[in-house]
Amino acid sequence: MGSDAVSGGRRARPVIAMLLPLLLAGCGDGGKAATGKLMLTGSSTVAPLALEIAKRYEADHPGVRIDVQTGGSSRGITDARSGVADIGMVSRALKPDESDLVAHAIAHDGIAIIVHASNPVTELSADQIRAIYRGQIATWQAVGGPKRPITVVNKAEGRSTLELFLQHFGLANTQIHASVVIGDNEQGIKTVAGNPGAIGYVSVGAAEYAATHEVAIRLLPLDGIPASTVTVKDGRFPLSRPLNLVTRGQPQGLAGDFIAYARSAAVHDRVRSLYFVPLD
Amino acid sequence: MSTPGRSSPPDGDAALRAVTGLAARLSGTVVVGIALFVLWQAWPALQAVGPLRFVTDAGWHPLAQPAQFNLLPMLVASVAVTLGAMLLAGPLGLFTAIFMTDYAPPALARLLRGVVELLAGVPSVVYGLWGLVTLVPLLAAWQPPGASLLAGILVLALMILPTMVLASHAAIAGVAAEHRLTVAALGFSCAGSLWGVLLPAARAGLCGALLLSTTRALGETMAMLMVTGNVARMPDSLFAPARTLTANIALELAYAMDRHRAALFVGGLLLTALVLALVRLARGLGCAWRHA
Repeated sequence: MGSDAVSGGRRARPVIAMLLPLLLAGCGDGGKAATGKLMLTGSSTVAPLALEIAKRYEADHPGVRIDVQTGGSSRGITDARSGVADIGMVSRALKPDESDLVAHAIAHDGIAIIVHASNPVTELSADQIRAIYRGQIATWQAVGGPKRPITVVNKAEGRSTLELFLQHFGLANTQIHASVVIGDNEQGIKTVAGNPGAIGYVSVGAAEYAATHEVAIRLLPLDGIPASTVTVKDGRFPLSRPLNLVTRGQPQGLAGDFIAYARSAAVHDRVRSLYFVPLD
Repeated sequence: MSTPGRSSPPDGDAALRAVTGLAARLSGTVVVGIALFVLWQAWPALQAVGPLRFVTDAGWHPLAQPAQFNLLPMLVASVAVTLGAMLLAGPLGLFTAIFMTDYAPPALARLLRGVVELLAGVPSVVYGLWGLVTLVPLLAAWQPPGASLLAGILVLALMILPTMVLASHAAIAGVAAEHRLTVAALGFSCAGSLWGVLLPAARAGLCGALLLSTTRALGETMAMLMVTGNVARMPDSLFAPARTLTANIALELAYAMDRHRAALFVGGLLLTALVLALVRLARGLGCAWRHA
């Protein structure tokens, strides 16, 4: 099933590649006729975004072929170091012992804790959130709210949002006592909006959009910092991370051109469509 | 549902025979092919984890260290929502079909049929969405978290009702006219003719309706994913959240790699086995009887 969808996407490309020269013929942009192959490996969080950007880049540059493979951030680091990949994908900031690599952020990923709009609780500490997700606090009364059981909404296994949430709060998924497990952001937002006792977490971009479009949810601040795409973008919001492309040394040629494209405003719509936060 | 007699076609039908034979073989091959594919994809997990752990592990945490692969809570959830939905939609569908064929004035029967057909045409994601934004909040106000086995059962019952009604209707309406005439000539009451003759005569078709609805219920994915809460824990009440085998695959397959992915296919294998068992059970219960 999954591999079919991927090959479907691949199959569509030759058609686009055939049509584009016709479209671009009048553009007078022939000087940038880059050709060659790029290999990207690493984080499965960054991969969908990298793939979208790569598709668009390939369409603009018919001679270029870009392969995107997942395998986790650590594979991105290893492959960029060894040269197996031209570019590694890493869904966190580089560590001090990785200073041999150069990180190029292409977007930010942030998570907002959301509750029902009618919930009078305006702030929860990290400890309270931990206790709620472990099932040690089971009613809103215990955190200054009404006498109502808490419905804990968790993400399904394998999602990067889950991974970032667990990592930030130092939780293991086996410790979490969930009442509802959701797949995508939209389901999480609808679940919380339909249950006054619910608490959940979704991508900041999706939550902000819903909350400003009359969906009955509220974004809780974290450590006193409001959850918004603005605070994620300027790096103040604690529950966020950069999505990086990493290279060994400053990227040259095709890799450099691709990274510059991935950081440009031309891909912001793609960044938003995956609920990440664009650079600027 | 078809007539049992099988006559050999005359020579002029050779072409038709070839075409139908080819179609039948193709259908059979595809089904067997899919089953083999699922087995092939599940094999690495069956080998590395061992079949026993899929029912004895402490829970379903395929990415934890050490990983846990218990599929039993999801098997139970799948069976529970299906059973619950059949208990509701089975009698409701059958009685609706009887009313449509034998009691309703023709205009009303036509109207009913139209409504049921409309119901059958609604995509499952719409039922799921309705469940998520309407039914689940209602249940949550009463028995939080709302997303539960019960929500799954109610949505599923609504979804299989049209299948049940239409298939039962076809079965009952298909009873030969001479049976009806004979029954009338013998002076049977309506109820007598229904229970004594029509339903037994339609038995094979009705069994088909039940089987079709049940397998449709077992296979439903999207709506269940949206309303049952998807917690991979053994449900201990109707109001407890649960995750069906189908929802498990839909939730995690796109994000799964290696052994996790293979473990999801074990769930698919289990589902296939469940359907096979169901068909056997239906046969065992006498669904193959053609002559009552």
